Amino acid sequence: MKQVAVISGKGGTGKSSISAAFATLNHPVVIADCDVDAANLYLLFNPSHEEEQVYAGSHKAVIDYNLCTACGLCIDHCRFDAISLRERRITIDPIACDGCYLCSRICPENAITMAPEDRSRLYSGSFRNGRMVYGRLAPGEENSGKLVSLVREKARQLSEKHKLETIILDGPPGIGCPVISTITGADKIIIVTEPTVSGLHDLERAAGIAEKSGRKPYVIINKWDLNRIMADKICDWCRENDIPVAGMLPFDRLVVQAMLQGKAVTELAPDSDTGIELKKIWNKILTDYE
Amino acid sequence: MIKIAIASGKGGTGKTFVATNIFYSLIRNNVDAVLTDCDAEAPNDAAFFETVPACSLDVSQPVPVIDLDKCTFCGRCYEYCNYNAIFILPQQKVIKVFDELCHGCGACSVACGYGAIAEKPVNLGTVTTFSVNGQSTLIEARTSIGTMSPVAVIKAAIRQTGEKARVAILDAPPGTSCPFIQTVAPSDYVILVTEPTPFGLSDLKQSVSTLRTTGKPFGVVINRSGLGNNDVHVWLKESNIPLLMEIPFEEETARVYSTGNLLAAMNVKYMDAFFNLAVRIMQTVNS
Repeated sequence: MKQVAVISGKGGTGKSSISAAFATLNHPVVIADCDVDAANLYLLFNPSHEEEQVYAGSHKAVIDYNLCTACGLCIDHCRFDAISLRERRITIDPIACDGCYLCSRICPENAITMAPEDRSRLYSGSFRNGRMVYGRLAPGEENSGKLVSLVREKARQLSEKHKLETIILDGPPGIGCPVISTITGADKIIIVTEPTVSGLHDLERAAGIAEKSGRKPYVIINKWDLNRIMADKICDWCRENDIPVAGMLPFDRLVVQAMLQGKAVTELAPDSDTGIELKKIWNKILTDYE
Repeated sequence: MIKIAIASGKGGTGKTFVATNIFYSLIRNNVDAVLTDCDAEAPNDAAFFETVPACSLDVSQPVPVIDLDKCTFCGRCYEYCNYNAIFILPQQKVIKVFDELCHGCGACSVACGYGAIAEKPVNLGTVTTFSVNGQSTLIEARTSIGTMSPVAVIKAAIRQTGEKARVAILDAPPGTSCPFIQTVAPSDYVILVTEPTPFGLSDLKQSVSTLRTTGKPFGVVINRSGLGNNDVHVWLKESNIPLLMEIPFEEETARVYSTGNLLAAMNVKYMDAFFNLAVRIMQTVNS
């Protein structure tokens, strides 16, 4: 099994468009959309819904006012500032509640229960070049690496069941928990960046998280020709840090056109400069396995 | 103080671009404004200004330390921990804390009946206050590499923002989950930045459904207008959501941003447009 994770630090550098291109280039794959906050690949792949799983990410404290004496012990113990006394009633702020259960455990009246937040979902099915898994985090839910782990576990099962050797993990932006969940145990990490001051800065942080997990990432500089000087700077930085630049993609309106048609750019225009470069990059990464 | 959050579901739609340009046009028009970069995993706002660091505070979280001399391996802390941060093998007399899984809730300390659990602070990140041109303030939340959740660092940055300035611009992290909510919760108004593509629209819809649960007033800025299609415009109209501003896609705009420069500083038309946008929102909030 080969697991290739595509991450970026900075958002909007082109992770999903690039993952989609890889997923349609060669032999069938499993593609896992690990950006559970803002899943987009389903728009390009229109997968069948074969399976739906409920994901109960966290629990939130709920007060039973028939039992609560407003003693305030829970307020003293809550470290997330989620409990307050309002008009002599104990009030839980569900946004601030971290679901630690401490208040429910210490309440002398047993007036606090923990209610599951179960509006998040995990979907899996097939698309035109294999299988697809994606998660949908319910609005405002805890930014959870746990749902990402579940997406990855499902992807692994599908890979075994359908004998699909390659799993592509389209990651979320940032460098926090969901990103760490995306790259943990992946064999290859690709960081997509863009030639901007922000792009370079966030690349440095994304590379930091990749190296912390013990692997050298690859870098793709997307839209490199929007600022050639910054693109050079990024190449220099990669050289100094001994990080391979797997390829550079031009700014190309075809990528947006492909998206509008629900396709990957490699499907719409396989022989365009972008299409050819993407194919080269993907083949390079796959051959690096050998 | 009026707090305006700049947010988007999808990353890279131009939150930082809008936040930095609004801030710049406000301070150039002598409005007492502060810019708080809440995108703690990928903070970039400071790169667009001449800044001098004024002060910096470390944000940490308490993590349990177990005194093996006092521990009886009863397992009560393990039962109380809801984050699987405590590992215990009572027979072998092994107990271990996974710092990176701990949320610092303190449940284990309460659980322990033997006084065997103390706490140590573990660094999560820093909040740095910068002075911009010697008169305005930019506050940056920045997580340390390896920190799981940016929420505590974001909260500390918002606390640091205070209430003194007339306007605070809060540059939110991408997404619609907890870090986004934490930035939006203290705000009086939310500007959602999107782009006119299917990805942009899908993520915008998710942001809107999240925002509606908070009841905050909001409007939308379409960035890179002309790049994709008209579906975002149509949807905004159907949904009765105000379209605050459109920024046409121009390679020149992208180039100015890429070098760490501000469009409002290069082009007075944009300076006025961003300033007017902020003024309109301040009026909306006040009315």
